[in-house]
Amino acid sequence: MPGKTLYDKLWDAHVVRDNGDGTALLYIDRHLVHEVTSPQAFEGLRMAGRKPWRVNANLAVPDHNVPTTDRSKGIEDAVSRIQVETLDSNCSEFGITEFKMDDIRQGIVHVIGPEQGATLPGMTVVCGDSHTSTHGAFGALAHGIGTSEVEHVLATQCLVQKKSNTMLVSVDGKVGPGVTAKDIVLAIIGEIGTAGGTGYAIEFGGEAIRDLSIEGRMTVCNMAIEAGARAGMVAVDDKTIEYVKGRPYAPTAEQWDAAVKEWNELHSDADAKFDTVVHLDAASIQPQVTWGTSPEMVVPVGAKVPDPAGESDAVKSDGMQKALAYMGLTANTPISEIKVDKVFIGSCTNSRIEDIREAAAVAKGRKVADNIKLAMVVPGSGLVKQQAEAEGLDKILLEAGFEWREPGCSMCLAMNADRLEPGERCASTSNRNFEGRQGQGGRTHLVSPAMAAAAAVAGHFVDVRTI
Amino acid sequence: MDKFTQLKAIVAPMDRPNVDTDAIIPKQFLKSIKRSGFGPNLFDEWRYLDHGEPGMDNSQRPINQDFVLNLPRYKGAEILIARENFGCGSSREHAPWALLDYGFRVIIAPSFADIFYNNSFKNGILLIKLDAEVVDQLFKDVAVEDGYELDVNLAEQTITKADGAVIKFDIDEFRKHRLLNGLDDIGLTLQHVDDIKAYEQKRSAQAPWLFV
Ligand code: SF4
Repeated sequence: MPGKTLYDKLWDAHVVRDNGDGTALLYIDRHLVHEVTSPQAFEGLRMAGRKPWRVNANLAVPDHNVPTTDRSKGIEDAVSRIQVETLDSNCSEFGITEFKMDDIRQGIVHVIGPEQGATLPGMTVVCGDSHTSTHGAFGALAHGIGTSEVEHVLATQCLVQKKSNTMLVSVDGKVGPGVTAKDIVLAIIGEIGTAGGTGYAIEFGGEAIRDLSIEGRMTVCNMAIEAGARAGMVAVDDKTIEYVKGRPYAPTAEQWDAAVKEWNELHSDADAKFDTVVHLDAASIQPQVTWGTSPEMVVPVGAKVPDPAGESDAVKSDGMQKALAYMGLTANTPISEIKVDKVFIGSCTNSRIEDIREAAAVAKGRKVADNIKLAMVVPGSGLVKQQAEAEGLDKILLEAGFEWREPGCSMCLAMNADRLEPGERCASTSNRNFEGRQGQGGRTHLVSPAMAAAAAVAGHFVDVRTI
Repeated sequence: MDKFTQLKAIVAPMDRPNVDTDAIIPKQFLKSIKRSGFGPNLFDEWRYLDHGEPGMDNSQRPINQDFVLNLPRYKGAEILIARENFGCGSSREHAPWALLDYGFRVIIAPSFADIFYNNSFKNGILLIKLDAEVVDQLFKDVAVEDGYELDVNLAEQTITKADGAVIKFDIDEFRKHRLLNGLDDIGLTLQHVDDIKAYEQKRSAQAPWLFV
């Protein structure tokens, strides 16, 4: 018998029963909850007279709607406020732990789970949010679910699942200096396309992935969904275990030892077979910038905006034309000539301490360019913010002309007051450049934190390795 | 969930790849804590000329006359044909809620994003994957014929065109069964309470740190 992939191991450890119809009932270890996708699920639970199956498996936090400016006056927008208050009241009614808006542990759901050790290797982790794939960085099986499934998990601690196909994306060799996890994952999406991973659980491997910190691996897994895969994952190694150790929800004493023993098995066997294997050469990856309205529309910073005339597939070429029109770009323009209006450093892709360090390293001793209307840094959690301030990063950024905000999703999707105006162009460290994502008519270019900071000081995109 | 057996209805075309859930229902409408009422804001940014916010009287808003669903010939459409990777992006179930509330029960495309695919079936929407060439032909058919209809039969797994031509489609047996019978997943799972408890007992002995 061939060996097992990491995905097989995680799957097998969680099958409650085989339904005999191509699906299995899969046990869920951790359920993360936020305010946007849960109200209808709690309402469903109430209407059916049901209770959460295992209340301690749930951890809730408001993140999408929270203001990133002074919070002492609460949330100004009435509709946003009701949604956050609904989460508060649902959590207190059902006894679910919630890090409320004024809690230092509050932050983006995908930042706080790992930060608290609520995400552990070997777990199944779900959340009503597509970027739940982030947690796969710990050798966990983690994916986003819809609201019906949120209710299903609350009521049964299980999900009805069909097994995915497996894909190994191996990034071989070492990346050059100045090339980050974000550039790696954008290059992967550029290679396999936004639907390339549909139906697959992707394992990211190879030397360049192993070389990444846990934060970097989270950045890569975060965007697995942008490659179409619900789940992305990385094998457990010493870095994973080191990262988890001592976190509030992590096991201790004998349980820690037993856990580590189990976690050390969480990698694909040498003779495991994947349905698909993709190789990328790390050394050839350059800092990336997206030019269009889908994350697969991405090029190296030294390149030009692609020309739809050169695309033979008619549907694709048409899609490129629409994207150029929306983005207000002309084919063949060098990326480095594209001027930027706003800069956003944050989101569950890039708002961890390392990301802020990267941005601050570029900002240090420099000034945000005059044509930049707003450059904002939004830490992923209250604890990230605290850490950054302890390191003096806030001062460096403020000195350079960046704004330093309170934690939350912010301008990643602009559900709160932070947004682009029509036609504004943004260098953003988030994960989606869809039409209207950061505000109606707003134009998003996805980049790494270092590249975003570089765009802020230059006023246009620039290869961070050259400044 | 409403069951789905058979539907003969007008077809509307959505001719662009990678239609994402932000486009299907923009984020400002996600602030609702209800499951219903999203239909008037389906494709809001493409459908209206102004910026939509929750609570607006949509009947008073300026319409984008060029947007496909605003063309009179597609009024009352319950079947949508689309291109690759329809429903990509966020996991918001508001997307299928909006499509359903608008009146769509069937969506045909070469491929769908995984989470959207799952969410749609849970709300009684039938998603049909067909080869890109077959879908392309449907786009051509719709373009030339006003009031173009298709007849979709789930039990038979067939789509019948007006001229009698039949297209077969594949679907997972479990999805078909649930949709044909309008079954509720939670109810089904709760028939296996003993299995869940047995799993928890066994697993908490092996890995007690997962059960604190
Ligand atoms: S930061 Fe953006 S992508 Fe991440 S959970 Fe928040 S809205 Fe979603």
